[in-house]
This record gives sequence, C-alpha cells and structure tokens, in this order.
Amino acid sequence: MILRVFALGVALLLMTSTAAAQEPIRVGFITDLTGPLAQPGKEMENGIRLFLAEHKNTLSGRPVELTVLDGGSSPAVALTKARELVEQRKVHVIIGPLPAFEAYAIVPYLNEKRIPSLSPSAAADDLTQRKATQFFVRVASTSSQPTQPFGTYAAKTLGYKKVATIADDFAFGHEVVAGFHKAFEDAGGQIVQKLWPPLGTKDQGPFIARLRKDIDAVFIGFAGVAALRFLKQFEEAGLKGKIAVLANQTAVDEALLRSMGDEALGVISTMHYSAALETPANRKFVAAYRKGFGTDPGYYSVGAYTAGLFLKQALEQVGGKVENTDNFLKALRSVAIADAPGGPIRLDKYGQAVHNIYIRRVEKRDGRLQNTVIHTIENGSQFWTYPEAEFLKQPVYSRDYPPCRFC
Amino acid sequence: MEFWIIQTFNGVSYGALLFLLAGGLTLIFGMMRIVNMTHGSYYLLGGYVGLTVIWQGGHFVLAILVGALAIAVVGIGEYNAFLKRLAGQELGQVLTTMGFALIFQDLGLVIWGGDPYTIPVPAVLSGSYTIGQLYFPVYRIFIAVVAVAIAVILWLVLERTRLGAMIRATVDDVEMARGVGINVPLISMGVFAFGAFLASVAGVVAGGFVGVYPGADFEILPYAFVVVIVGGMGSLKGALIGALMVGLLDNFGKALFPELSYFTLFAPMAAILAIRPTGLFGRT
Repeated sequence: MILRVFALGVALLLMTSTAAAQEPIRVGFITDLTGPLAQPGKEMENGIRLFLAEHKNTLSGRPVELTVLDGGSSPAVALTKARELVEQRKVHVIIGPLPAFEAYAIVPYLNEKRIPSLSPSAAADDLTQRKATQFFVRVASTSSQPTQPFGTYAAKTLGYKKVATIADDFAFGHEVVAGFHKAFEDAGGQIVQKLWPPLGTKDQGPFIARLRKDIDAVFIGFAGVAALRFLKQFEEAGLKGKIAVLANQTAVDEALLRSMGDEALGVISTMHYSAALETPANRKFVAAYRKGFGTDPGYYSVGAYTAGLFLKQALEQVGGKVENTDNFLKALRSVAIADAPGGPIRLDKYGQAVHNIYIRRVEKRDGRLQNTVIHTIENGSQFWTYPEAEFLKQPVYSRDYPPCRFC
Repeated sequence: MEFWIIQTFNGVSYGALLFLLAGGLTLIFGMMRIVNMTHGSYYLLGGYVGLTVIWQGGHFVLAILVGALAIAVVGIGEYNAFLKRLAGQELGQVLTTMGFALIFQDLGLVIWGGDPYTIPVPAVLSGSYTIGQLYFPVYRIFIAVVAVAIAVILWLVLERTRLGAMIRATVDDVEMARGVGINVPLISMGVFAFGAFLASVAGVVAGGFVGVYPGADFEILPYAFVVVIVGGMGSLKGALIGALMVGLLDNFGKALFPELSYFTLFAPMAAILAIRPTGLFGRT
C-alpha cells in the first residue's frame, strides 16, 4: 500500500517535472504593424520568425511561444501592449519595440515588473547611457554609434573639409547628426550648415535649394521615405556628382534601397550591418531571408534576428531556466556571439552592443542596388574613441549639441 | 536672388499639385456639403493603381488615366452605396468618409505593402533645365502644366457649357435646380466621381515626385483642407489661388523658418478667416 502511494507520488512528481520542461518560453514581441512604420515593423517580425523557424521553435530544449503585438506607433499604445504581454500573457522576455519613443514609454514599466527586454531597433542613445537600466539590453546600434566613426572617416579618409547636414527634425535625426558632427570636427572638418526638415516633409525642394554650394559633401539623416525623396530631388536639382552624399544607418537601408533608382548610386553610409557582407554567417542569413520573404534583410530584420541569437545563447547558459530572472539577465549580459550576421557582437556594461561598424557604398550588382562594404571598424563602441566618463559628462547629443561653430 | 527664384518656382509647382487635389474637394463640398475625408485616400490609391499599371509595363500617361478612372469608380460606389443616403447629415457623412479613409488605408497596406515607392517617370520628364546657377526640374514644370490645363478645362466646362450651368445651378440652390428639372443626384454623383478622378491624378503625378507610401493620404489631407478653406469652399477660383498661396507659404516657410513651418502655414489661414470667415472667394 505504502509502496503504491509512493509510486503514485513519484509518478506525479515525474509528470509535473516533465510538464515544467515542456512549459514554453513565452516571448513578447512589440513592433509596429500599422501606421507609417508598418513596413519596417513587418521586417522586424520577419527577422524573429525566420530565427524561430530555423530553430524549430525550440530554444534550449523548451518550445518558444511568440506573441506579436502592434505598438501602433504610439507610446501609449505600446505601453498598453507591454502590459498585456506581461500581465495576461505572462511573457518571460520582451523583444521590441521599434521606435525609441515607444521604448522610452515601456522601459520603466518593464523595470518595475522585472521583465528583461531586448531592443532590436529603438536607437535613442540615452537608453544605454545615462538612463541605462538592468532590464534593458540593445543588440543594435545607438543612434550615434555608427555616425561617430563615420565622422572621423569622412574627415580623415575621404578628406572632406566642409560638410552640411540635413536630417529629420526629431530625436533620432538630432542624435545621428550630432554624433557625426562631433567626430567630424574633432578630426579637423567643419560642419557649415545644419538643416532640419520637419518629420514628414513631403517636398525636400526648399531645403535642397538652401544647401550651400561650396560644400564637399552633405550628410543626410533620414529614417524613412524622406531619403527616397531627397535623393531623387537632389539629382533633379543637378547636384548629384557635384556634392557627395553621406548617409546615416537608415537612409539607404536595404528596405528603402529596393525602392530607389540610380539616384542612390555612390551614396556612402554607415551601419552595423550590410546585406552585402561576405561572411559565411551572413550569406546563410541573407539566403534564408530572401527565400522566406523575397527581399534583402536590413536594419530592422537583422536586429530582430540578432535578438533571437542573444536569447538563444543566454537561455543555453542558464539551461533554459528563464524564470530565474537574475541568472537569466546575467547570462544575457554576458552573451558574446562570434558569427552573428553582422559579425562579432557582445554587450558593454551598459547593455549596449559593441560590434563592427561598416562604411558602405551603394553599388549596382546583378541589376539591384546593394551596400558594398568599403571599410570595417571593428569593435565599435557607443562611446567611439572618447573616454567613457568624459563622454557621459557632456550634454546628451541633440539638435543644439554640439553647437554649430562654423554655421 | 537665385534663392528667391528657385523657391518661388518650387512653391508654384507644389501649389499646382495641391490644386489638383483641392479642386475636386472644393467641388464636392460646394455641391454636396460633404466634408470628404476619403479624398486623401483617393490620392493615395490613385498613386498605387498608377504604379501597378507601370509595373505591368504601361506608359506613364496610361497610368494616370487608369489610376484616375479606377478611383472614380470607387468614388461612385462609395457615393451610391453610402453617402447618397446621408444627404444633409454632415456628421454622418464626415464619420462615414473618415471610416472609409481608414479602411482604404489598411487596404492599401494589405495590397501594396508598406514599402515606399516612387513612380518612375518617362525620361522626357526627368532632369532639369539650368540657366546659370538656376535649375528647374522638368517634372515640376510638368506638374504646373497639368494643373493649368485642368484648371482651364474646368473653367471652360463650368462657365461655357450647359453641363457647367447645371452644376453651378446645383451648387447655388439645390431646391431650385431640382425645380427646373435638373437631375441633381446624377450631377452630384458625377461631381463626386470627378473629384475622386482629380485626386487620383494628383496621386499619380505626386507619386513621381514625393512617392507613394502608407500615410501619404493623411499627410496631404490637411493641406487640401487649408487650400479649400482659405480659397472659400466650393469656389474653383478660390482653390486655385489658395493652392498657390499654400504652396508658396509652405515652401518659403520651410526654407526660411523650418521650425515654424506649421505656423507659417496656419497663421495666415487664421488671419484670412478672421477677416473673411468664408474664405477668399467663398459665398456667405
């Protein structure tokens, strides 16, 4: 009798423990599926879906349950969705959201609820600088992380002396320009003009007409369709070939490049990734992505895919026990991947990716435009070559910092 | 000097585009008192249909025509199935057309995806004329020419034909028009369809210039409304003058005080409305 009860007890125990092993890892994914950011949002989702499909929806022996919700391009909506994910779906970890203004809205809440989050896209510098928190890591660049080395490169290697900047008039635009501005001037160049078309400006004409004619290059910092119009109208204005165009990480992203024509040829840009990167890991990633979605991966898809890689390695370190938040976070922050699609990547002590930064030129191969890598900066930090303490003491990069001394 | 000439030229060509958009809107309002929130969607969908025609190997001119005709048919459907029943109920009309705008936006996203596109324009329309330091993109000249042509045709039809007389009569006094035997519902439907037609022409033409992309519908709509309100609702002449004013104001505002670009657009509007509450050419 006692033996039977014991056996039953053991059987029950075994059942619950196998049930625990089968309990899925619940991953919440917030991206934008409607509104002006719907297309990048879709690419972000493609990235994570490709990753999970490649791993048969299983990480570290546990099935993964992915819930994708729409942040709606609004801080309030994103916060509501984050709440739904945490309180109703009981997710263990959140990937997303897409824009920084949504990230700023949900990060304090996730801190309060102790939910680890991985950002594959939202780039605002301060999220991993002065406002860095334990529960937030970012596997993509900060806004200024790739533009700082680019500023140095433009002055030292390209030899440009006078550059004008033109960028979307919102935080992301301000930060990408500021990073370029500081590094370019520290390397001996001069920013002589800064133009800020309001976000959503339909006609870039008035700004292009204002560009000074005595500049060597114009640096553009656009996050969407504005880049498409700018290059087109820049060419129509007869300036293509006379003034070089330098671009931030998103202006000639693969997601836009396929909509562009020859007007984009020759644009030199900076980013932590290029679909044209010739590494085995990337060739494999690009081939799988093309097969799945018919296009080249870019900023948004590679970010989400890389977030998947981080999740996988962190889970393997803790044997799939995502429930132990402290251990999982520690593992997450110590992840180092040697062969991510964008090359080696790890996190600094602020939870920010340290990774290669590529200088790329738009070229045409087999009838399609691509970002050919022309220079690689290895281990690009968010602080570039500046001492960390000094960097954090200066004001946050903004519309007015650094001030325009040569305008 | 060079700066002022180029900016004036830019402003005029942008105004020409706005006229194409606002011309239809003002006619529809004048005739049916419908504040048509779907107008921006017609602009966007027209651009998408035009783009599809070009993808299928069609010519640019064909793209404009097919895009415009297709959307005119959509407009007729929306008008007959819904708006006709709501005659005289302003709030119901605004909400219905707003609802359609949202539906069309999602539809566009489903069918054409979220990628931004520019409509490829024929070689004759690309490039620019240069005179010394001045440059005039051919495509902007083309937009202005299209707008002027349509303005002239519209004016001739409205002022010189029997159809025009019937339309004017319906705009002025529906009861009286009905009384003298004018088929008001038919005329209204025709005008609504024509408004949609014009909006789609603007959409295809703009597609070669500012691109076709999700959100373009709601970005352009406020501009069209400003043009119509400044010019006076229902007045074609008002739409023309208003479009030029808004094009120039927006352009110079952005070029000179980019931080204040909404101020430079809306402050003059407010000032005009304070002096002439019905707009420049609106009737009281």
